[in-house]
Amino acid sequence: MKNKLETVPFKDSPEKREKLNAVIAEFKDVKGALVQVLKKAQEIYGYLPLEVQIAVAEGLNVPLEEVYGVVTFYSFFSLQPKGEHQISVCLGTACYVKGSGDVVNKLSEKLGIQPGECTRDGKFSLTACRCIGACGLAPVMTIDDDVYGRLTPDEAVKILEKYM
Amino acid sequence: MYRSHVLVCGGTGCTSSGSAKVIETLEAEIVKNGLSEEVKVIRTGCFGLCAVGPIMIVYPEGCFYSQVKAEDVPEIVTEHLLKGRPVKHLLYKETVEEDDKIKSLNHTDFYRKQRRVALRNCGVIDPENIEEYIAYNGYEALAKCLTEYTPAQVIDVIKASGLRGRGGAGFPTGMKWAFAAQNQADQKYVCCNADEGDPGAFMDRSVLEGDPHCVLEAMAIAGYAIGASQGYIYVRAEYPIAVGRLEVAIKQAREYGLLGKNILGSGFDFDVEIRLGAGAFVCGEETALMTSIEGKRGEPRPRPPFPAVKGLFGKPTILNNVETYANIAQIILNGPEWFSSMGTEKSKGTKVFALGGKINNTGLVEVPMGTTLREIIEEIGGGIPGGKKFKAAQTGGPSGGCIPAEHLDVPIDYDNLIAIGSMMGSGGLIVMDEDNCMVDIAKFFLEFTVDESCGKCTPCRVGIKRLYEMLDKITRGQGTMEDIDKMEELCYYIKENALCGLGQTAPNPVLSTLRYFRDEYIAHVKDKTCPAHVCKHLLSFSIEADKCKGCTACARKCPVGAISGAVKTAHTIDQTKCIKCGACIETCKFGAIIKK
Repeated sequence: MKNKLETVPFKDSPEKREKLNAVIAEFKDVKGALVQVLKKAQEIYGYLPLEVQIAVAEGLNVPLEEVYGVVTFYSFFSLQPKGEHQISVCLGTACYVKGSGDVVNKLSEKLGIQPGECTRDGKFSLTACRCIGACGLAPVMTIDDDVYGRLTPDEAVKILEKYM
Repeated sequence: MYRSHVLVCGGTGCTSSGSAKVIETLEAEIVKNGLSEEVKVIRTGCFGLCAVGPIMIVYPEGCFYSQVKAEDVPEIVTEHLLKGRPVKHLLYKETVEEDDKIKSLNHTDFYRKQRRVALRNCGVIDPENIEEYIAYNGYEALAKCLTEYTPAQVIDVIKASGLRGRGGAGFPTGMKWAFAAQNQADQKYVCCNADEGDPGAFMDRSVLEGDPHCVLEAMAIAGYAIGASQGYIYVRAEYPIAVGRLEVAIKQAREYGLLGKNILGSGFDFDVEIRLGAGAFVCGEETALMTSIEGKRGEPRPRPPFPAVKGLFGKPTILNNVETYANIAQIILNGPEWFSSMGTEKSKGTKVFALGGKINNTGLVEVPMGTTLREIIEEIGGGIPGGKKFKAAQTGGPSGGCIPAEHLDVPIDYDNLIAIGSMMGSGGLIVMDEDNCMVDIAKFFLEFTVDESCGKCTPCRVGIKRLYEMLDKITRGQGTMEDIDKMEELCYYIKENALCGLGQTAPNPVLSTLRYFRDEYIAHVKDKTCPAHVCKHLLSFSIEADKCKGCTACARKCPVGAISGAVKTAHTIDQTKCIKCGACIETCKFGAIIKK
């Protein structure tokens, strides 16, 4: 799923770069640390633009193509910035059979974006995720760190409106 | 000494329904009522009955409060904890008998038939306090192994117990350990698979959240048995609570000298590190998981060489699932005969199922192998809500299949499930009713595997995609009978030729639905209808003239202007414009719109 937000220029800051360098220094000699470093890099920058990947590749002395290969392999990593609020609707089996597909469609309609995309104002991004393990509350969605369960499509929209 | 203990579930399910707020209010109310010296609040792991969370149990009475809200807490504190009068209207209904007596949770339908081995401490102890684990015989099994058994004897005990891998394939655990023990190397590894990727299964998460030490202890035992000094737990990043508790547990175990150098003065060294997954289902496959721990793209490797010979970083490695480890200490303590007395001839012990979907008591249940689906669904699960009819139970996640009503009485074990076209998998058990379309469900799983295929081998990368496309064609009403035959042929081809377990099992949802619900496929192809009214392209919406009051609500709601009609006269839907979004049905107050 590609994020369709128009390319936002990469903004670096000395503080962020310093944090990244510290992470690289910490893991430089650890066996198989690439995934962990990328995870921390994404915590610092919010996503992994090419500039950050280059820094990681050079810092850990691994080919850039290997870094890019790992970044694009795992769904956890994002090449594009995410919205201020991240909405994630569970499409795991338990949620799906209880109608989470309708919840995604309704939110998608309300926000005018498809799952995997970010609104133009950068406020919301919508993703469909696989099982967060709260199957007892199906269907479930999360907005940032808050979990909302036993949803109907209309309730989901009402919750979303609170963030608007 | 406290006179009362209040256990509140802090698992993911109950946390999602607000248990953190309940605990916060509870602690404040206890202070306010001057009970801090008398009542202790403990945040536990999962009790299993997620459907009625947040859950709270008050001991010594054992009163089980369900769906507790923060607003209910003051009443529970002043009435029950202060005055000793349980608040009956807040108790779990099933525990209150007709004559108002309160019965134990263990006598309710949900718990009565369960036998808790892997989940024995979940919801019982404080997972962030190692002393509580130790008080429940924790680390006693490790001590017993280190002081009384040789590594070979440990393996013999596990072999004799008949324990098979709970991750899905059911490989005998003792044999796996024996292979790795035979191979000489300067370094060996013990890995734990906590990358619970099967959507709808959450038992591993619950064990890690509720009883993290039992996994650490078992990994140390495995390390001793095969001669490894380092362990890795590969856990999903989507499980923050589980990761947090594991971190606490590892730290405490190191402080107590139960991990690290020279454990219990035996000269045996063992330590554990956590590695977080990054969202790739294929990493649940053993070789892919190891590649991922090495920091690479998590692609599977061809076997042989098997991990017992050449695994993580090229060294002999064993990988077991969380639930498998959760059984180990109990087997050592109680003996292999105790364990093998439970279950069926070839599948010993118990199995945890994550019960979800169209069922009343969603949650985690642990039953002896050989229990029937009917017992789990109808007795423990409390049946299907809304008086709907059972259609199928899906086990094994994207690798498994759908089991129809005719097989509800088959005793569940590894071999029986395979014989009826499904598999145990990690233990997800999703119940479906008459409103679920089986072609759509097959398509749902295939969409998942298409998305998650790593792309390394062609049968999986291309084959599953083609399967998905054919299913999509059928759900759009454009399929032919020939497509069904082609699909079946392709399924067998993929099963035989894919590199790893993901590809080899991906066609199972298609094959099992074709086997049991072929008539639904035929209805989609020949009659161009979806019997469960799910597949959008095959639906048609119409308005029943005698029920329509002409209120215009639906016409105003329709996003494409497909509904027309004058005020107070029956409306009609223009089929050529209708996009089948269903907005009109939701709007109509008179039930005049029907979906076919």
